[in-house]
Order: sequence, then structure tokens, then C-alpha cells
Amino acid sequence: MNTLAFSATIAAAAFCAGFLGSLTGLGGGFIVTPVLTILFGADIRYAIGASLIAIIATSSGAAAAYVREGFTNLRVGMLLEVATVTGAVIGASLVAVFPARLLTVVFGLVLLVSAYLTTRPRAEHLTADAPPDRLASRLRLDSEYPTPAGPQRYRTRRVPGAFALMWVAGVLSGLLGIGSGAVKVLAMDQVMYLPFKVSTATSNFMIGVTAAASAGIYLRHGYVDPGLAMPVMLGVLAGSTVGARLLFGTPTRRLRLLFAAVIVTIGLDMIYHGAFGGR
Amino acid sequence: MATGPDRTQDVRVQRAVGTLLRVGVLLAALVVLAGAVLYLVRHGGDVPDYRVFRGEPLDLRGYGAIVRDAFSGSGRGIVQLGLLILVATPVARVAFTAVAFAVERDRTYVLIALLVLALLLKSLAG
Repeated sequence: MNTLAFSATIAAAAFCAGFLGSLTGLGGGFIVTPVLTILFGADIRYAIGASLIAIIATSSGAAAAYVREGFTNLRVGMLLEVATVTGAVIGASLVAVFPARLLTVVFGLVLLVSAYLTTRPRAEHLTADAPPDRLASRLRLDSEYPTPAGPQRYRTRRVPGAFALMWVAGVLSGLLGIGSGAVKVLAMDQVMYLPFKVSTATSNFMIGVTAAASAGIYLRHGYVDPGLAMPVMLGVLAGSTVGARLLFGTPTRRLRLLFAAVIVTIGLDMIYHGAFGGR
Repeated sequence: MATGPDRTQDVRVQRAVGTLLRVGVLLAALVVLAGAVLYLVRHGGDVPDYRVFRGEPLDLRGYGAIVRDAFSGSGRGIVQLGLLILVATPVARVAFTAVAFAVERDRTYVLIALLVLALLLKSLAG
């Protein structure tokens, strides 16, 4: 396969990654890394460099729309960002020490756990009638978001627990070169009880910032190859722009199930190849 | 609960941050696209191989080196410059959010945003 066909194929896969990544808040990296390593046999370090670019592209591409429309909770995002960026810096500084195959297995396990947790049933969101949480009120985290029935107010709770989980998400993100959007969505969705679309949009906003924190380190290690990153970036940007337009009208339950199925498949494959070698 | 004037201010901040992101992303995409065209015209027929990790050459690793490489007309250098602009959009987003919270006189969040910005810049500067 020559460079032109190679780039076109990767761009098409990246489009899907940006599309799903923007709708689910998982970031395009979850798809880009396995596509590059499994389908194209690229070294995991090149794939990680390209996937970081995919995450930033998904995040910035979709955030432009989500922030304007009011899905993103900027205060929650900035607050939790303190935890993820600190974690990411520590994680990324450990990356040169970790062997590539162990990284692959860890990555696969992260995917499986994420899939299980995202499909567990939960109440939709805390309405304004719910008693306010003291810390969340002081930090002014309660807000509102657009729904087909008009703007809906919601409350936020258990800020410290979400903060701790976010730190772990940051370490994983720095270590694996992924946005670890799954862990971020879980912290907001399951721990803080934000509405699902607010969780995904805010996660989407945050993963770009976290990924940018590790991008500098990966760039200096020579992981970011322009030939690989170019089709990934352009494809993801197009996909995330389209995905962002559909968020408002999409039923979230269907998306959770679809994406859980995708990440289970990829997770099992990564664990298999990481543990038993192959290729 | 953010209501009344609070809420209108929030909406203004959202609009401004959204616009900033759109401009940054568009600029990055155009630069990458320009580099991509050059790169594909020159190397579109080559057979790519990423199976063995060699690491990028030094002129595609440092910030100054990337800018010099891009301005010398190298397709890969221009793509790398566009990627740098993309990496800069989240940084600009955090910086801008700090300013926006300052305009709202929300001191807690100005501090939080500045803390995130400092960590981010430290990590990017290495």
C-alpha cells in the first residue's frame, strides 16, 4: 500500500473515531490506537503519538459546539482538570520506563472495566428539587443544559470522590497516551451525577487539555510522526464536527450500548496481543 | 445555582470560548492540510512503514526546530507545525477561561484556571 492509499484509509477510520469520540466523550484515541496497531501493524509508540493528536482534535473540534450550546460545564471541567493534569504529568514521565507490551495489556483492561461501568443502569440526573450539596454549591457547580423539552437545571454532588477518580484518570492518560475519557465520563456520570450529555461534553472538553499536557513530552520523545498524525488529525476533525451536531437529538442509552460493545472488542484484542505477542 | 445575570455572563463566556476554539481548530486544520498536500505530492507513491519505532528526527521534535523546518518548505515540517497549533488550542482555551472568570470576578476559578495553565505550560516546556 502506498502513502496515498495508506493516508486515505487512516483518515476514514479517524473520521469514525472522531464521530464516536465526540458523541461519547471518550476521545478518538480509543479507536485510533488499535486501528493503527492492529490493522496497520504500527509500533504502539507511533500509535500513541497519533492517538494523542486524535484526542486533542476530537476535543477541540467538538468543544467549539458543545461549549457554545451549553452542554459543557466549564467550572466542573476546570476544577477536575487540576486533578487530571497533575496525574497526566506524573503518568507521562513514567512512560519511557514502561515496556510497550505491558502498556497494551493495561490499555485493554482499562477498556473492559470502562465498558462494564458505562452500561450499568443509573438515574438520569439530579433535578433542582434535590437538596444542594454544600461543596458543590460553594464551588457553583450546579448549572443547566439544553434538552428537547427546554433548558433543564441539574445539581452536582460528591466532588472529592470525583476529584480522586480524575487524578487516576490523569495518570492513566499520561501513561498510555489516551485521553482516558471513559474514566472521566464515569467520574461525572456515576459519582457526581451530572446528566449524561453534560458528562460526555465536559469530558470531551477536558480530554484535550489533559492530552495537551502529555503531548509535549511525547513530541520530544519522537512519538509524533507527521505522516501518521496528518490523516488522523484531518479525519478526526471532520468526524467530530459531524458528531457534535448530532448530540442534541441522540438517545444516550443507545450510544452507551454501542460504544461499550466497541470498546469490549478492542479491549480483548489489545489484551490478547499484549499478553501473547503475535504479529 | 447559576441564575439571572450570572447565567447570562456564563453564556457570554461560552460563546467567546466556543469562537476561540473554532478559529484555532480551523487554522490548525488549514496548515496541516497544506503540509499534507505537499507531502503527498512528493511522497504519495512511497510505501510507508511504521512497524519499527525509530523515533522522529530532531528537527521534528523541538518547537523552534519544527518552525524552522516548516518555513524551509518541508511538507512534514508544515504538518508538524499545524499539529503544534492544534496542541496549543487547549492551552489557549484554559488561558482564555481564566480571563473570562476574571471578568466575572469569580476569584476561585481564576486561581483554578491559572493553576491548570501553569501545570500545562510547565509540562509543554519540559
